[in-house]
Amino acid sequence: MSTALPLAWADWFQLFTHFLSLSLLAVGGAIATAPDMHRFLVDEHGWLSDSQFNASIAIGQAAPGPNVLFIALLGWHVGLNTGSLGWALLGVLLSMLGIMLPSSALTFLASRWSHANRELRAVRAFKQGMAPIVIALLVATGWILASAHGDAARDWPLWLTTAVSTLVVWRTRLHLLWLLGAGAVLGWFGVL
Amino acid sequence: MPDAPVAARQQPRSPTDLFLSFTALALQGFGGVIAIAQRELVERKRWMTNEEFVEEWAVAQIMPGPNIVNMSINIGGRYFGLRGALAAVAGLLLAPLLIVLALALLYAQFAAHPGVVGALRGMGAVASGLIVATGLKLFPGLKKNALGMPICVGLGVLCFAAVALLRWPLAYVLLGLGTCACVLAYRRLDA
Repeated sequence: MSTALPLAWADWFQLFTHFLSLSLLAVGGAIATAPDMHRFLVDEHGWLSDSQFNASIAIGQAAPGPNVLFIALLGWHVGLNTGSLGWALLGVLLSMLGIMLPSSALTFLASRWSHANRELRAVRAFKQGMAPIVIALLVATGWILASAHGDAARDWPLWLTTAVSTLVVWRTRLHLLWLLGAGAVLGWFGVL
Repeated sequence: MPDAPVAARQQPRSPTDLFLSFTALALQGFGGVIAIAQRELVERKRWMTNEEFVEEWAVAQIMPGPNIVNMSINIGGRYFGLRGALAAVAGLLLAPLLIVLALALLYAQFAAHPGVVGALRGMGAVASGLIVATGLKLFPGLKKNALGMPICVGLGVLCFAAVALLRWPLAYVLLGLGTCACVLAYRRLDA
């Protein structure tokens, strides 16, 4: 974006409330809200460019820490587009507070309640019943991330990398950072 | 209740300990913190067993919001109430946030560099493997599950097919399969 984006306080407020409203819909992680974030920030308001949006997600995935930080980057880029670092920091604050406050408060209360009532048959049934499903969800998440590799005939080195790292993590206690480092090096030299 | 090996059980000493522990695991968690969380909290620190980890994860998963953030709230809150929850979340987010912002500043200059693009692809491929492996490692924890192994496997396969292959929305799958699973478990548990 060449010219500074004019954003009034009302716009920031709208951004904050939009993130608030998405917070409770983010079942399965903040990334689940990405399509709606894109619609709101890029298509509807033009506060972000497509490439900034994609960069936010890519950095959030690649950097250490929870992927929800891509939300902070969305706010950061919106702020930068208005032309200053101060606004960028405000964007980080508003977007993170918005996306986290409702869901975190609800989780805190729910976890206190479920711990206080952990002997309750319904609570035990919930935890035991959900266990196989959330485990399968992890495998499914990994699968979906891996499918982003694309065509298996062309991108087989990527699939192979995923398969090998799955096996190594599953069967050995090798530190995970070695694997990530190896992936980065292979990728850097264009092997993958 | 699954009986844990009580002897080896540890727990966080203070909110500061929680903050530092979660900072440490967040900084090691590329492409999803869950893999490193299982290794640190269960295998190294022994704050919880695999069974407990799955139970906490179930709560974290079903609640809206980022799973790992919810998990840190559960664990922090368990030991030190609101202070613990805040300490754990802050640990999880603060240092990574600074790194992510620094990366964003750099990324603008290096985004087009083929080496960087390739390295991100490579790390992404490894990271998806880490997540699959975490699921596989947690699986034996189901041995003591009230549902019994055959039903657990059946539910797991259905869930995988619905989410990974058919790409059904997560909320429906959790609601549909989850309700069936919880009702089944309820019937199999003693009152």
